[in-house]
Amino acid sequence: MTTTPTAVGTRGAPRGAAGTRPAAPTGRRRRGPTASQWAAVGFAAPLLVYLVLFYAYPLWRNVDLSLHDYTIRAFVQGNAEFVGFENYAEVFSSSTFPTALTNTVLFTVGSIVFQFAIGLALAVFFRSSFRLSGALRAMFLVPWLLPLIVSASTWAWMLNSDNGIVNSVLGAFGAEQINWLTSPDTALLSVTIANIWLGIPFNLVILYSGLQNIPGDVYEAASLDGAGAWRQFWSITFPLLRPVSLITILLGLIYTLKVVDVIWIMTTGGPGDASTTFAVWSYREAFGTGQPDFSPAAAVGNVLILVALVFGFLHLQLQRRQEDS
Amino acid sequence: MHHLTRTAPRRTVALAALTTLAAAGSLAACSSSDSPGTGASGGSDDTYTWWDPYPQHDEKSDWAQRVQACGEEAGVTIERTAYDTTALTNQALLSAQEGTSPDVILLDNPAVSTLADTGMLTTVDEFGLDTSAIDQNLLDAGVVDGAAYGIPIGANTLSLYYNADVLKDAGVDPASVTDWDSLTAALKKVTDAGHKGITFAGIGTEEGSFQFLPWFWGAGADLTDLDSPEAVEALELWKGWLDEGYAPNSVIQNSQNTTWEEFLTGDFGFVENGTWQVNSAAEADFETGIVQLPAKDGGVAPAPTGGEFIVAPVQQDTERYETTRQIVECMTTPEGFVETANTFAYYIPPTADGQKALLEEKPELEPWVEAVQNAKGRTSDGLGTDYPIISEALWTAVQNALSGSATPAEALKTAQADAESGTK
Repeated sequence: MTTTPTAVGTRGAPRGAAGTRPAAPTGRRRRGPTASQWAAVGFAAPLLVYLVLFYAYPLWRNVDLSLHDYTIRAFVQGNAEFVGFENYAEVFSSSTFPTALTNTVLFTVGSIVFQFAIGLALAVFFRSSFRLSGALRAMFLVPWLLPLIVSASTWAWMLNSDNGIVNSVLGAFGAEQINWLTSPDTALLSVTIANIWLGIPFNLVILYSGLQNIPGDVYEAASLDGAGAWRQFWSITFPLLRPVSLITILLGLIYTLKVVDVIWIMTTGGPGDASTTFAVWSYREAFGTGQPDFSPAAAVGNVLILVALVFGFLHLQLQRRQEDS
Repeated sequence: MHHLTRTAPRRTVALAALTTLAAAGSLAACSSSDSPGTGASGGSDDTYTWWDPYPQHDEKSDWAQRVQACGEEAGVTIERTAYDTTALTNQALLSAQEGTSPDVILLDNPAVSTLADTGMLTTVDEFGLDTSAIDQNLLDAGVVDGAAYGIPIGANTLSLYYNADVLKDAGVDPASVTDWDSLTAALKKVTDAGHKGITFAGIGTEEGSFQFLPWFWGAGADLTDLDSPEAVEALELWKGWLDEGYAPNSVIQNSQNTTWEEFLTGDFGFVENGTWQVNSAAEADFETGIVQLPAKDGGVAPAPTGGEFIVAPVQQDTERYETTRQIVECMTTPEGFVETANTFAYYIPPTADGQKALLEEKPELEPWVEAVQNAKGRTSDGLGTDYPIISEALWTAVQNALSGSATPAEALKTAQADAESGTK
């Protein structure tokens, strides 16, 4: 790490001496792999084998599933018919598709915006160490530590239409009964709220560690220049935290896109399709009915993978442009 | 700061790739090899493999010993593995694909036609098993294209439990509940008396369809015609109960276990639940009883049958069939059926002899025997592997209608369209 940082705020940072150093080894490399390079390959091999076996193969298999018509019979007998993109056509023309698309966007964007905002607010709050701040911060991690089945079931109980604690509290203030999980209007909102709660600790931890890396003298200088807390946040914390924020949001995006468990436990994607996202739809096709439909399920899964990849590359692009500037 | 800015992009590529790949992996993981499954023997010559969905009965249980006894009678050892119901179907499919099917599986009845369709099960005729004594309505669930693929080892079904204390308080005579109108009238009385009327499971899974079918069939509707006026009437009945406040709104999310827990609170007048709660009902803090699920215009509505079939997957080594047949026969004698019923406390034998023998021991199960005799297999009427598709359309319609996103008629119309396009 001898290069000078190219963080936002330090425009046109000069490249350090390290930038030119690699020129020398390239000449040597042309003469064939050195012993140390062979060793590098050797060390990488287990990882590569692992990646091929547990990532590349399943991915290929998923594509394979989506391009064939795997009925249960074909699944057992291994003679699935090749149907090209028929499964994809079926998925895109399904009446569930527009609902699932809207729900996925609302669920993902809603979750990420609030997870990030609340996570950042808490991170800034905990930056100024006070008594018991460590203990309090640890308590915020509880949602992360609980098994999902526990937290999702608890949320489902709390939001129960007739006996849930949320409705009984609201009822105490004279509000009408809200059918959180059983009304098509609020089901998606309810699972989003639960998912936001689950995602806050992740955002808090990453953003908090990002804050630790902002040098204190920047703030000192800012306060000498007369910047208030609000100004400091928008002019120092937020821009300097941008690289960390980006990766937090990207990871959050990918985690949120593939959430099945929370929604499945709370609403099974219902009522009807009201809280069905792509991930839930894929799960339901494959395992939610008496008749596993692996092919359309894999097709929906692949669409999700593509969406996630697009955002991954978008992030890379942004990152690169930021470094170039 | 240095560290983070410098390594973020590279790490991002890796992370983005890994997480997306991981998402893909979870689906593909359950479907590995491509080899066709004609079935190599699951055990050695004197060890026969046996899978059942009763993990609650461990090795020392009466049930495990009973299985072992049947093996000993046939001169072999039985290696028993218990999975939960859903896992069992998946495991059976995987083992068939890999050619390592067990000798005997006890399989949930709607799954029988699905597995039979893959060609991984033998028919009872191939095995030379006599099924003439088995009640036709129960055997039907395992019949595909006229061939039976298994024998029910017992049956359970749904009925209407009531809380005698609540009914007494509301001045309702359970015997007065004979059709839909009298049931709705009873619910009104119960609700007016300050109690809760009825609870049932309307969850968006197979359980939801299972619970709706007695009303659907009781109206005279048919699973091949989901949007018939009779079907609409059945869904309007449920919807009406919700609108009137006779049933809580949470039924839309309720599983059968949840409804039972609600009933055990003592607030509810009625609950639609199954034979498997007989013991729990007897232990409740209040007096319980059951009435038959009423059909629309009186009489007993056909409820769907539940319970496991004993099936024999295809083996490469057909010599094994003879012993497997002996094991199956040992489980399906009249005494065997009664023993099974007693072991599980809630199984009604599928033969007239078995039912008679059970009633001699436990006369209080009489209403359940009647319910089972009136019950109907979900995969019957030649529906077979179409049933799961129709069922999904049906439970979605129930969800949509109860939650108010569509009227019962609209919801069922969509369901019929979905079922037609799914089964064509």
